[in-house]
Amino acid sequence: MGLLSDPNRRRALISLLTRLNAPICVVCYMAGVVWFMGLAFEPFTLRTYMSENAMGSTMVEERFPSGERALATGREFAAHKKKVGGMPVDWLVKTMQARGLEVFTQTFSRTLPFPDENKERYMVKGTNVYGILRAPRAPRTEALVLSAPCTQGDHNNQAVGLLLGLAQYFRNQIYWAKDIIFLINEHDLIGMQAWLEVNMGRGGSIQAALSLELSSDVITSMDLVLEGLNGQLPNLDLANLFYAFCQKIGVLCTIQGKLQRNDWDSVSGYSHSVQTMMLMVMKQASGRPWGDHGLFLRYHIEAATIKGINSFRQYKTDTNTIGRLLEGMYRKLNNLLERLHQSYFFYLMPSLSHFVSIGYYMPAFGLLAVILLLRALDLWVQLASPPPGTEDGVVDTEQMWSPDVLSVLTPLVISHLTGVALYYLPIHFQKMALEHFPVSDTEAVVLTAIAVYTAGLALPHNTHRFVSGEGTEHGWRVLKLVAVLYLAVLLGCTALINFSLGFILALTLVPVAAFVTPHVPKVPSAFVLVILSPACTLLFSVFFFQELQEVPISFQDGWVLYLSVISQGILDHSLYGSLVYPLIALLVYPCWLLFWNILFWE
Amino acid sequence: MAAPLTLLLILAVTIRAALYRSSLADLIAERVEVVSPLTAWKRVVEGLALLDLGVSPYAGDVFHETPLIIYLFHFLVDYAEITFMLADVITAVALYLAVKDYNKQVFRKQKYALEAERYPLDCLELIRSPKEMYYIPLKVAMFYLLNPFTILSCVAKSTCGLNNAVIALFILTTIKGNVLLSAIFLSLATYQSIYPLTLCAPALLYLTQRQYIPVNFRRFSFWWFVAQYAFMYLGSLFVMICLSFFLLGSWDYLPSVYGFILSVPDLTPNIGLFWYFFAEMFEHFRLFFLCVFQINIFFYTIPLSIKLKEHPVFLIFMQLAVISIFKSYPTVGDIALYLAFLPVWSHLHRFLRNIFLVSCVLLACSALFPVLWHLWIYAGSANSNFYYAITLLFNVAQILLVSDYFYAFLRREHHLSYGLYLKRKDGSEATLVLK
Repeated sequence: MGLLSDPNRRRALISLLTRLNAPICVVCYMAGVVWFMGLAFEPFTLRTYMSENAMGSTMVEERFPSGERALATGREFAAHKKKVGGMPVDWLVKTMQARGLEVFTQTFSRTLPFPDENKERYMVKGTNVYGILRAPRAPRTEALVLSAPCTQGDHNNQAVGLLLGLAQYFRNQIYWAKDIIFLINEHDLIGMQAWLEVNMGRGGSIQAALSLELSSDVITSMDLVLEGLNGQLPNLDLANLFYAFCQKIGVLCTIQGKLQRNDWDSVSGYSHSVQTMMLMVMKQASGRPWGDHGLFLRYHIEAATIKGINSFRQYKTDTNTIGRLLEGMYRKLNNLLERLHQSYFFYLMPSLSHFVSIGYYMPAFGLLAVILLLRALDLWVQLASPPPGTEDGVVDTEQMWSPDVLSVLTPLVISHLTGVALYYLPIHFQKMALEHFPVSDTEAVVLTAIAVYTAGLALPHNTHRFVSGEGTEHGWRVLKLVAVLYLAVLLGCTALINFSLGFILALTLVPVAAFVTPHVPKVPSAFVLVILSPACTLLFSVFFFQELQEVPISFQDGWVLYLSVISQGILDHSLYGSLVYPLIALLVYPCWLLFWNILFWE
Repeated sequence: MAAPLTLLLILAVTIRAALYRSSLADLIAERVEVVSPLTAWKRVVEGLALLDLGVSPYAGDVFHETPLIIYLFHFLVDYAEITFMLADVITAVALYLAVKDYNKQVFRKQKYALEAERYPLDCLELIRSPKEMYYIPLKVAMFYLLNPFTILSCVAKSTCGLNNAVIALFILTTIKGNVLLSAIFLSLATYQSIYPLTLCAPALLYLTQRQYIPVNFRRFSFWWFVAQYAFMYLGSLFVMICLSFFLLGSWDYLPSVYGFILSVPDLTPNIGLFWYFFAEMFEHFRLFFLCVFQINIFFYTIPLSIKLKEHPVFLIFMQLAVISIFKSYPTVGDIALYLAFLPVWSHLHRFLRNIFLVSCVLLACSALFPVLWHLWIYAGSANSNFYYAITLLFNVAQILLVSDYFYAFLRREHHLSYGLYLKRKDGSEATLVLK
């Protein structure tokens, strides 16, 4: 309590903080970035370890023998799929019933707010088929899910074949203490969403789920996808389980498509793990589900997607081995006594065998957030000390306070109304835009969004003058104090829910918040402000992501991709309730507009 | 002054009416920060349904409000929204009138002191001007009506709003010097939630001062007044308790309302300190710590009354804050009531030390409550420790806020009697240190 009550030490600390404010802020920013980059350095990370007792000690002997037959089933499935021209529901029902499962079908239909050009769908009608393998000697209270999406074209037939093969094999085993649900979902996440909404109760409470994607008979490596809706991640033990079995059975395993390397002390090794971690950060920040498992997480079900990848490596793995891998994982999941909860939920993975937990990565964000608090403190001190030249500070501040409330309130209200417009108009104005401009549906939505966004820049920055005459020095300080605190709270909450998104936004918005005043040169600052605005951050992220994936694109393609990313964001919000689009439109963008407003304060 | 107040009331009612019509109302009514097991509207509806079926509303351990509340809503259930808006309006108007009256008294006292030249010369800048005090009552009403906490509480139809109205009426009648009504409203507030019992100390101090009765334990006049007040208070409390008995025809409600408040059986998370502590505790310590936690709330009355015996209205503010921080089922509505008093102490601003830090923490915590709740309950990735950490921080910030105001108040009083620029014995500038 010394600092809080001793006035001398307080004064010394505050004067130190205000005098050295700018250098401290710069140092904090650097330290935050360096800390973040340091997270990928292997000595600073922890090795993954299995925390769940029930999955740790049990020895499992995997004997799945019928990989060839599974592939044959897959081919049969492909033939029926081609014949029906979609999901061969009758064949699947018959096949599952022949394997002794309790089979159900579920039809669903969904109309998208606007046609999705990436996946070419608008009015979606589909059927999910799922069979439940009842646990022989247990009450039907708990279940595990294995799902494989039925996609258009030639993809994923092997996954369905393997799923059916595993169903047959599991049926003859006696160990099962939980029901196992074999799900084949149509129209990927839309089908998954429909299934989850309806079937949460039927097979007992679901403990874990894996989604399988497999498109060739022979694969070279297995890739683990963790990122779910709104950047939610499954319990780390699920990743540990996958890694442990890959090690045991001898399958090459990757995360973000990146193999693990042992040369962490070399530059290339370090940059490799930075690349892996950055890919995870970018994917998590996008807030969209990166596999069909992504929606399970919302219902407290730990889930991941496992993808078979066929690249040009020498090392090949056949379907038998993948079957054994899945068998092993399900046998261990079967041993769970309670939900997976022992290990971490907040982590980043620079490689499959190492992770960074929340305690290690939060300081990186904290260092950035501290800048906002320091700036706020600085402003507070400036506001609290009476301006030089006026004798009786009391009367003056009294007179200044009342217009200040208005000059703060009007920008706040107007920028938020712009945010609301950005949130509602794109979808509602779609029809009108289509009538007047020669554009497609998706383009209409995205271009409306961009138009509203740009219009917001022109709109509000002089509004306070109409209400309260000339803006004062005092006025913009109060506005900036409000804006800085607003941003700090906003970023803090975002970082708790989705660290990556919070960190990326902090990286770009914190410098803006720190340097903007009405007295900096207008044109270059406006340029910097626009460059660091949320929309441009997204544009850079698109290019950066492509760069990380080692498929760089031209500016033209990048722009097209950027437009489709925006439309996907809006679609994800209306289909699955992804929070990124409303967060940006309703909160982050208005907050950024406040800083824009301060720059043009007159 | 009536015009701005009317405008403010219209604005406040419009906001509430709009929110009642929006989809947010259901969401807000579920928030644990806004409604407690005592005040939740859902439970009142359940109680009403049981009453209509001819069963005791306290059967089934859902309903914990007092019988008078349920009979009030027995008649007003169709007008519930209007009732809650009206309660907020009554609170705001009562506080407005009370503060207006209080400010007049403060100013009169200050005038006498100035005329008697009791203030040191260098304290003139501490003297309050009528201009500065003119808008305070309006600001108090505004702080109450436009406080997001109050709005949330009203939209959730938390019966906390009614309790606040009763307490505000108690404050108004006390400040107006009406002994009988003050005792009746105090007993009504006590009947509603026990804890306002501690407010009888400031009420007594204020009323004795107003009637020029010295607070002297050896004087008969003082004890006679205390006895009168106690008689009125206990008498009306007795009437209410008996009335409840005759309305329901059983004593069911005593354990179900007061037992529920005091023994804290419902450990649903809220913004208070009880739930986590008692969820974690071994069963055989429970009774002991229950006593400690409950006595804690009443304990501050004695030292605060001694220290602040000259300033009963500030004591009311302190007591309200203590109650809303330490009570067993606090909600944001309780906090809103004492926050409404902050403009009354705006002249203390120059002596506040941590107001920036504290307001930042309060702001951040208010935003973090729903986020951590989401992570804990919906996402399943965080756990109760995260939420409790924020609860703890929120309460620490509140305690710092209140103690800061307490310190600032005492310091101003100190300066008013010893001069603003204190000198040490050797002539150098001295500083006041709180130790």
